[in-house]
Parts: sequence; C-alpha cells; structure tokens
Amino acid sequence: MNSQLPIKQTFTKESLKKQFRLSEFLAEKIISSVAFLSIAIIFLIFFFVFKESLPLFSFGNDAKAKTEIQTTTGDKPESYGTITEDLKPESYGSETTEELKPESYGTETTEELKPESYGSEPVSNDDLKPEAYGDTPKEDLSVASSDETMDAVSENVDGADRTWDTFLSTEWIPVSDNPRFGLMALLIGTLKVTIISMLIAGPLAILAAVYTSCFASNRRKEIIKPIIEMLAAFPSVVIGFFAMMVLATFFQDVFGYDSRLNAFIGGVAMALAAIPIVYTISEDALSAVPKTYSEASLALGASKSQTAFLVTLPAATPGIFAALLLGVGRVFGETMIALMATGNAALVSVNPFESVRTFAATIGSEMAETVFGETHYSVLFFIGSLLFIFSFALNAIAEFYVKGRLIKKFQGK
Amino acid sequence: MKDIKIQVNDLSLYYGEKKALKEISMQIPANKVTALIGPSGCGKSTFLRCINRMNDLIPSVSITGEMLVEGVDIYDKNVDVVNIRKKIGMVFQKSNPFPKSIYENVAYGPRINGLKDKGQLDEIVETSLRQAAIWDELKDRLDDSALGLSGGQQQRLCIARTLAVSPDIILMDEPASALDPISTSKIEELVHELKEQYTIIIVTHNMQQAARTSDHTAFFYMGELIEMGKTNDIFTKPEKKQTEDYITGRFG
Ligand SMILES: Nc1ncnc2c1ncn2[C@@H]1O[C@H](COP(=O)(O)OP(=O)(O)OP(=O)(O)O)[C@@H](O)[C@H]1O
Ligand SMILES: [Mg+2]
Repeated sequence: MNSQLPIKQTFTKESLKKQFRLSEFLAEKIISSVAFLSIAIIFLIFFFVFKESLPLFSFGNDAKAKTEIQTTTGDKPESYGTITEDLKPESYGSETTEELKPESYGTETTEELKPESYGSEPVSNDDLKPEAYGDTPKEDLSVASSDETMDAVSENVDGADRTWDTFLSTEWIPVSDNPRFGLMALLIGTLKVTIISMLIAGPLAILAAVYTSCFASNRRKEIIKPIIEMLAAFPSVVIGFFAMMVLATFFQDVFGYDSRLNAFIGGVAMALAAIPIVYTISEDALSAVPKTYSEASLALGASKSQTAFLVTLPAATPGIFAALLLGVGRVFGETMIALMATGNAALVSVNPFESVRTFAATIGSEMAETVFGETHYSVLFFIGSLLFIFSFALNAIAEFYVKGRLIKKFQGK
Repeated sequence: MKDIKIQVNDLSLYYGEKKALKEISMQIPANKVTALIGPSGCGKSTFLRCINRMNDLIPSVSITGEMLVEGVDIYDKNVDVVNIRKKIGMVFQKSNPFPKSIYENVAYGPRINGLKDKGQLDEIVETSLRQAAIWDELKDRLDDSALGLSGGQQQRLCIARTLAVSPDIILMDEPASALDPISTSKIEELVHELKEQYTIIIVTHNMQQAARTSDHTAFFYMGELIEMGKTNDIFTKPEKKQTEDYITGRFG
C-alpha cells in the first residue's frame, strides 16, 4: 500500500545528492565550445594575416631581399578609362627557364619585357603576363619605361629595413624598381573617407532613428524601419556602381571639382552603406529607453523635441555610440565601394575632392597581382593586420574609455 | 466648495471601443488634497492622466466631455498641451528619475523653460529638494546619478523635480505604493505641507492614507464616479452602499 503513494520528499543525504544531468551538461559544453571556436577562428584569421606579413619584420635578412623581384611600374596614377597594362612577374620554384610573353590586348598597349634576376641568385624566372584591365580605375598600372627597370636593380637589396623606411612616406608605389610603401598615404586616405562618410551617415542615421522612435506614428515607423533596414542588405557593389555612375556626375556638376572619383564620392557612397547599420542599432537603442523617461519629461512640460534630444537621446548614448562604431567599422573595411568610387590614387591632401586610396581597396585591388612571398605581398598582409588591429583598438577604446566617460557625462556618475 | 480649480463635465474616455470612463462630472477645489480611490482597473489612473492630457500619448484614446481648469477647457483645439503640462505636474506611481545626475534631474524642468543662470538654477534645485524633504540627504551628492538612490529617495526626487517647475496642480498616482512606511509617511507629510501652495490630486489604494492626507475623496467604480465628498463624510457616513462596502473592505 505504501509503495503506491507518491514518495514523500524528505531531506536525507540521499535525496539531496548531486545529480548528473546529461542534457544540461552537453548543452553547456556544446555552447561553450562553439563560443570558443568562434573566438579561436577570429584569432586564427588574424594570425594568418599577420603571419604573411612576417617577412617585413626580418630586418637585414639577405635571403629575403634576394627574392624580391622587381616589377614594372609607373610612378603616377594616370588616366582612367584607358587600357593600361601591367606586367607581372611570377616566380616558380627553381626553374631556370625564362619566357617572355608579352601580349597585348585592346587598343592602347604598352609592353615591357622583364629583366630577370638580380643580385647573385640565378633562381628567379619571370614569366611575364601582361594583363589588360578594362576601364577599372586603377592606378598602380601604368606606363613604364624600360630604362627605369635597369637602374633600380641594385637599390633593392637591403630589403625589410628599407621597406620600413618607406612606410612613413606619402607615396604608395608598390610595384616599381624602387618600391615605396607609403602606408601614411593609405592611412590618410582611409581616415579621410571614413571621416567624410561618418560625418554624413552619423547625423542622418541618428536623426532618422530619433524621428522614427520619438516622433513618427506607429504606422509610419512600421513602414520606414524595414525599408531602411533593407538598404543594409544592398550589395556594396551596387552602391559603388551607383556612386560611380550617378553620384560622381551629380556632385561634379554641383561642386565642379576635377577628379570625378574622389574621397568625397567614396565617403557619400560608404555613408549609404553605413546609414542602415547606424540607423538600425540607434533605433533599437532609442526604443529600448524606458517610456517612463519620456513620460516624465513630457509631464514636466517639455516639448516632443526637447524630450527626444534632452532625455531619450542621452539615455541611449551607449547604444548610439556602439552604432557609430559599427558604422566606422563598416566603412573602414569597405572594399568594393572604395575600389569603385574613391579614385584609388594615393594622394595626400586635405581637399576632400581629391582621389584617395584606402587600406581595404589596396588589398582588394593588388592582392591578386602580387607575387607570393614578395615584399609587396607581405606589405598587403601587414595592412590586413593593421585593419584588424585598428578595429580591435577602436572597440577596446570605445568599450573601456569613451563609453564610460559618455555615460558619466550624460547620465551622472 | 468655493474656489473650484477643476470642473469636469460629462467626461468620457474610450480606449478604442472600450469605454474606460463614463460621464464623469466633478469639481476639484483649489489648495486642497483630493483623493481618488476605487478598486483596481476602475479608471483612477486614466482619469488622473486626463487632467494633464497624458492620455494623448496613447493613440487609441478618444475623449468626449469637458475638462475645465480655471474655466478653460484643456481639450479645446487652441490649447497647447505643453503649456498645460507646465501648469499641471505629475508624479508617477513608479518613480522614474532621468538617468542623469540628481542636480540635472531637478534642473531639467527649469532648463527646458529657458532658465540658464547657474545661480538661479542652484537656488531652484535647493528649494525644490528642501520642499521634497530630501535636501539634507542629498546635498553632498548632487552630481551622483539619480539611479543610485533608494526607491523612496527616487520618489521624493521626482516630487522635487515636479515642484521645480512650480506647477499649479500636482497629480500623484499612488506615489507611495512601492515605499516603506517611513518613506510613505514622509511623502504624506510632504503632501500635507504642499497643499498650502498647490492643488493636489492623489490616487491611492491605501484607505488610511486617503483618510489621513486628503480633504476630499472621490470613489470610482467601473469607470464611474460613484460618490465624492469631504473625506470625513465619505469615510464616516458614505451615501452609497458601494462606497461603504469598499471602504470597510467588504467589497465584492
Ligand atoms: N493603454 C490602455 N489601453 C487600453 N485599455 C487600457 C489602457 N490603460 C488602461 N486601460 C483599461 O482602462 C481601465 C482603467 O485602467 P486604469 O489604469 O485607469 O485603472 P486604475 O484604476 O488606475 O487601476 P489600478 O488601481 O490598478 O492602477 C482598465 O480596465 C484598463 O484595462
Ligand atoms: Mg492606476
């Protein structure tokens, strides 16, 4: 009879014994391994990118210098829309045959025959494969003169040290007898585009977010929000194309500057890409501000806009700050739009209507043409590492320093 | 009842189709405390929010009837809602200080009214906090975040914030419902002192509180005003049976 009754709960040592719950245990393990895996992947990517740039850090290493291969070049970015050729050497193992295969495409071509190896190493062979590019705005491809090729041969032997010296220069001429890797020029270009686009995207996106969350009727909000969010799914190549074909012409008519594609156009186009991100996250941050705050403000006789800008917006500062950061991240790493709309000339100036070349665009356009193991190749990976480090640093600064200060400023200690 | 501050004529309020207030008519005297009592869901908060038009914020609300404050219908098309709310302050059931410093919370109201002078602001902040009986507790930490205060302190800070814009009428929706007896009695004392200068309307579920603090009491039931009169009369010899049942706790 007793056995049929439900077991009475008693507090014995037995009934309180620790139990092993398999499903919980597994879930926990799986979740944590997935989490760590994703963290590990991020670090692995960084490590890989950084590893490829390691040769840059082997100062005074002769072997390195010797493998450097001179390539054809031009110094100055030139016209767009014309066909130029780039002659690319590629080295294969230790084969000693050389072939010269100049081939010309299109109508206007310049050809160059590549001289072989330098220094004492008889190893490298150059396979010359001129490639023609259509009307891609590309600067590193340009007309080269064959006499230049010869002089530079001797200059390039001290490798990594010299490469580092050129980092601070303002010239980005990676493919030359005397290559210069002026990261400064690229950094300034990147910053210029980023600043321009955030100056446009930041206010627009935040004001749009304030409008939808504080002013618009529910129905309008339900229409506007998804539409702006849809913009986020736009392929950047489409935005780049739009900027190149439409915006460039339009703004050239308005401002009348010389180079059609420039930092400003790039900035505007990237703003188009950044707005949806900044908007969405700002809007979420604003909507997450408790209604009681705005009610309190309205009950004190504040107008709608006073409430929005003096109460709701400050209360959402951390979220909006995060939104801006993500926007900066997006613009910083944006490659396709930069390639298509910035003009891609590594010019250093304060004029927003000059062409610039960004880090990401540099990697995007040059990686396919560089030679594995060459300095140029390493430099490109080094730039990749820089992009990584920048975004890490940006987030770290934001998380630990700026955010705390902002919160203090707007919300009291 | 001379000196009528608010005259309500046949006020009805709908949430969409649902009629939440049914033809309310009443008079609220100036410089007195009026308590609104009634079971949960009977429309006390709804009615209170009508007085400073906070219900405008809810899209589905529609209102008929008149709400005359000093003879002016506040639902008239030409009346600016912002100006009404400057005159009619509100303290909410759940304390809701801004996520700003204590000082900024109190200075907010004067600031939005265009007051910039630091000295004057300091003065207003101090007098408001003093009036709300919280100055001594907070005077050394005015720059701290208001969110770090205790619930009772937050509620009194909210009262100070309301006083800082020197309204005419103060609406309080269960201001002490989440507070301990000590904070509650502080707020009750405060209400008592404030009625010299302000007309106060207070919603409460606490019969003793209504009896202690108010001069007049209105009993709501199912969106209707059942009875209104001097607090003493309502609590000792109510005219309606429902009122008596509710007050004595024999409701249902
Ligand atoms: N925003 C709203 N939309 C629709 N109906 C609402 C809304 N707010 C309140 N109501 C309804 O109106 C009626 C009155 O609500 P109200 O908040 O005024 O009650 P109350 O008397 O303040 O109750 P309590 O004492 O619990 O605060 C309730 O039936 C409630 O469900
Ligand atoms: Mg209520």
